[in-house]
Amino acid sequence: MLRFIVRRVLLMIPTLFIISALVYFIIDLPPGDCVTAQVDELLSRGDADALARADELRTLYGLDQPLWRRYFEWVGGIFRWDFGLSCQDTVPVSDLIGERMALTLIMESCTIAFIWIVSFVIGVYAATHQYKMGDYIASFIGFVGLSIPNFLLALVLLYVGKVYFGLSIGGLMDPEYIDKPFSWGKLVSVAEHLIIPVIVIGMSGTAGMIRRLRANLLDELQKQYVVTGRAKGLPPMKLLIKYPLRHAINPFVADIGGLLPDVISGSVIVSVVLSLPTTGPMLLGALKTQDVNLAATFLLFVAVLTVIGMLISDLALAALDPRIRFGATSEK
Amino acid sequence: MTDQTSASPPGPKPDRMPHFVNREPWDPYVAERLTADQEKYYMAGQWKLMWWRFRRHRPAVVSMIFLALMYLSTAISEWIAPYDLHSRHSAYIFAPPQQVHLFHEGKFLGPFVYGMKTARDPATLQRVYTPDLAKPMPLRFFCSGEAYEFWGLIDATFHFVCPPEGGHFFWLGTDRLGRDLFSRIVYAARISLTIGVIGITLSFVLALVLGGLAGYYGGWIDSLVQRITEIIKSFPHLPLWLALSAALPVTWSPLVIYFGITIILALLDWPGLGRAVRSKLLSLREEDYAAAAQMMGAKPGRIIGRHLLPGFMSHLIASATLSIPSMILAETALSFLGLGLRPPITSWGVLLNEATDINVVAVHWWLMLPVVPVILVILAYQFMGDGMRDAADPYA
Repeated sequence: MLRFIVRRVLLMIPTLFIISALVYFIIDLPPGDCVTAQVDELLSRGDADALARADELRTLYGLDQPLWRRYFEWVGGIFRWDFGLSCQDTVPVSDLIGERMALTLIMESCTIAFIWIVSFVIGVYAATHQYKMGDYIASFIGFVGLSIPNFLLALVLLYVGKVYFGLSIGGLMDPEYIDKPFSWGKLVSVAEHLIIPVIVIGMSGTAGMIRRLRANLLDELQKQYVVTGRAKGLPPMKLLIKYPLRHAINPFVADIGGLLPDVISGSVIVSVVLSLPTTGPMLLGALKTQDVNLAATFLLFVAVLTVIGMLISDLALAALDPRIRFGATSEK
Repeated sequence: MTDQTSASPPGPKPDRMPHFVNREPWDPYVAERLTADQEKYYMAGQWKLMWWRFRRHRPAVVSMIFLALMYLSTAISEWIAPYDLHSRHSAYIFAPPQQVHLFHEGKFLGPFVYGMKTARDPATLQRVYTPDLAKPMPLRFFCSGEAYEFWGLIDATFHFVCPPEGGHFFWLGTDRLGRDLFSRIVYAARISLTIGVIGITLSFVLALVLGGLAGYYGGWIDSLVQRITEIIKSFPHLPLWLALSAALPVTWSPLVIYFGITIILALLDWPGLGRAVRSKLLSLREEDYAAAAQMMGAKPGRIIGRHLLPGFMSHLIASATLSIPSMILAETALSFLGLGLRPPITSWGVLLNEATDINVVAVHWWLMLPVVPVILVILAYQFMGDGMRDAADPYA
């Protein structure tokens, strides 16, 4: 088991390295840099010595250095929790991102939890009540959830909330808590505001999970050991939980590999639509202004999140399924 | 166990059957006589069987017809749209949708609209449009209206529907520049619908080449391709798409950006298909007929293309169809966020970009209407893809 974990962790390092390098180079790819935009703005305002200040700014941000040098400086800084300067207002990236990352993390974990709990309950219900009313309703909801793109749903919800209920569902906390230190009231406010984004982001994931769990559980429920158990007179609940459910739950954990990227993608775009103070809107802004350090830090954060999520799912699966634990690495 | 007790022969039972032995020599290989239907079934080719099976899936067929109509409409957008993509009506900024009526004061008039009176709200300074109920204006059909260039080539004025003489016809309202939203949705379909198809074609080719190489040769090529696939598949696509499309220089022409975006979409989409190609090839290359072809001296390209691929082409096409909607959506999302296509190229996502500000949308709700075709097309693709996937295995 220990060797398994160590191997997985060691494998993470080159992956993250490659991703971070690729991302850094891609963002820097288009002609011009973040100073160009700022200088253009200054020039248009009639600031005559903007061009002279451009060189000054470039030196400040290290943009006069070759790309690879900047990249290694950035990577080196990461280990000291120093992500370089953001081009926006010359503040260290680490000052900008702290709370946003925390909120993103909270939102995404809540979404995963939501997906698991809801799809577990509905999936088990749908499978045990096959071809009953509830099953049809669940399937229908599942289909709709899979097909309606989450950002459009967010847009529609935003509109409905604004026009019919007069409330703005944007934001992640009440205005009086913004930029305030952590408190109990703030936590409650965040929790209230989390509900809609979590549902919107988790919608398609939940729908997919319900489908899979239902199919898996139905397969298991038809097997002979279930018939035997029932014939022996096991109570239905115990029979369900003890054997078939344990089988069917396996893909649940394994699927987080497919779920996590979706949730992260969804959270980026949904938080832009709902203007949540998470990493999404800031990443978009950073990409638009070619703020390389800021954008690359966010993308690295996303990558780390994904990789760690995968690791956790692998470990959970290994704990759950002895076939994987004992290294029967099947290639199929 | 199901009950398989001795089945009694059909028909009325006589008291006792006479014992009968046929003295003719019996040839076990003589063909069983088939009914016409059976014969048709057994003689049908693979694609024909799939079509029969697909036809039984009602929602899929309906979706296919719907999609076919949508794609047909992109060929004649100029005829369908009453106005041009860019024509502005500065007197009608943010005009609400005009209703099409049939009866005026109890009299049947055929489809017509009422003229619009413009006034300014003294408090909010917003324009308020009220229908002028005194003036019914019949719409014109198969008429000559605003001039355009058909596909940018031929000058023409023909439209299916034209605004009434001296009036306007904004069926779905206008946007902040007074452009007719319905016409814009019709034109935008051209971009939104094609981007999925072009993107999937690129991704299909990539998947065939890379998955084919990995599956057929194995070895280090296989492990390299596998690693790349894993990384791409495990990483959230949207942030990467954002980064990649932000990397397209602003100075490029919109048409080049369009192709750039399709390439970006394809770059992250191929691993799913590529993996399918690889695993199928891995198992199929062990088949006897592949070995036979190899021994006869066929080149790898021929073996893959001629012998192995046809065996699972239908599956591939079905799963490719299922990933078209995600491509259309990705483009919509990118353009919606302002990092995708740029005007003058107009897609549904570009139209939705106007709906990003909720305060504007709250007043002018029709700006959200491009959501409708997006969802309809995605639903249709999903139904059709489901049907195709079921049909792809006609012997199941």
